Amino acid sequence: MSEVLTTDVAIVGAGPIGLFAVFELGLLDIKCHLVDILPKAGGQCAELYPEKPIYDIPGFPIISAQELVDNLMKQIHPFGAKFHLGEMVERLEVLGTSEHPLFRIGTDNDKTIEAKAVFIAAGGGSFQPKRPPLAGLDAFENTSVFYSVRKMEHFRGRRVVIVGGGDSALDWVINLHPIASRITLIHRRDAFRAAPHSVNAMRALVGAGAMDFVLGQVTAAKGEGGQLSALTVRRESGEVYDLVCDDMLPFFGLTMKLGPIAGWGLNLHENLIPTDTEKFETSTPGIFAVGDINTYPGKLKLILCGFHEAALAAQRAFHYVYPDKKLTFQYTTSSTSLQRKLGVA
Amino acid sequence: MPKITFIDASGEARTVEGQVGSTVMETALRNSVPGIEAECGGACACATCHVYVSEEWTEKVGKPSQMEEDMLDFAFEVRPSSRLSCQIKVSEELDGLVVTTPGRQG
Repeated sequence: MSEVLTTDVAIVGAGPIGLFAVFELGLLDIKCHLVDILPKAGGQCAELYPEKPIYDIPGFPIISAQELVDNLMKQIHPFGAKFHLGEMVERLEVLGTSEHPLFRIGTDNDKTIEAKAVFIAAGGGSFQPKRPPLAGLDAFENTSVFYSVRKMEHFRGRRVVIVGGGDSALDWVINLHPIASRITLIHRRDAFRAAPHSVNAMRALVGAGAMDFVLGQVTAAKGEGGQLSALTVRRESGEVYDLVCDDMLPFFGLTMKLGPIAGWGLNLHENLIPTDTEKFETSTPGIFAVGDINTYPGKLKLILCGFHEAALAAQRAFHYVYPDKKLTFQYTTSSTSLQRKLGVA
Repeated sequence: MPKITFIDASGEARTVEGQVGSTVMETALRNSVPGIEAECGGACACATCHVYVSEEWTEKVGKPSQMEEDMLDFAFEVRPSSRLSCQIKVSEELDGLVVTTPGRQG
């Protein structure tokens, strides 16, 4: 097993609520590690709608989702939380007792983190690539169909079909073009969301006969033993034909799936984690669920509600982290001790 | 209130009442109509509220905006009648609207 990292609280999810939990825990001298499957902090705010204005954050008549994330990152900076980005928490083991909980979480990047409490702030679950609804596609996944490129060498000398019109699709068209024997880009329309310079580079390659662009959509995948042999393509004109190929890279963005959380032995209700409304603790003492992932009577999926939940959960977590200490409630406006932690006194 | 009919991929139809000014997506969610996920909550940021507008309604409902077209790239089996239902506002003119939901959203 890899090295075991130890901390007070492990936070699953670095969206706005996971980030604010760092703040509330930090004020109580509780150290945190955060794990998020996205390569950046901010969760849905950063991934789905960074430029969208949010109107219901108290004290901010209008703030963009990315600005909110940036502000939260600034707010939690004094607490030195450790981020493990681009990693998914796969396992959660309960090691301690209900009086003295201890947990061990394992990521898909072989990291192990031991903590006295766990905050699940996973929103709608983990972001995972959208899978085209083609019959039998799963048989080809990770052998002939890939949602990300881990080893470029795999594609050497192969006939690669890339599907989509965004930056991922266009970037891989350009990067794999010198390696693959032939690249075909398939997109449903002759307009692209990708950066104009990538689109121009792609069009130049098509113009020079160095790759193909097909206006259409993939309707079926064919092959045997995990190896694609062809994709059935319906052109915009209506013509249907088989395109011979070895690999497909579909880029249709991300979707949220509950993922491994379902296997952690927690009570679940319609893919949400029920909690109490005093401590936002789950059916397992020491494991808290905050933000969009939890449910309780009257639950509202609002960022401001998640902030409240994180503050209350932190109070309870204190007793697991410091079982022998008394918790005195203090205000940041008046407490010199809190202000020292924030680096302002 | 305008009535909206949602036909799911298996052909089952559900007719519900929509509030003027709300969206077709919100109308589906409020009435527990299956087949619409709306992961992003209506921000035109996820393409999981994809519907096909029935032929007789396409003109009245109108064409998607540039931003919606971009987002439709994330949907599957996109057709000329495809729209994101979070971008269709319910109005009296749309009373009787019929939309079909795709087999899978995400």
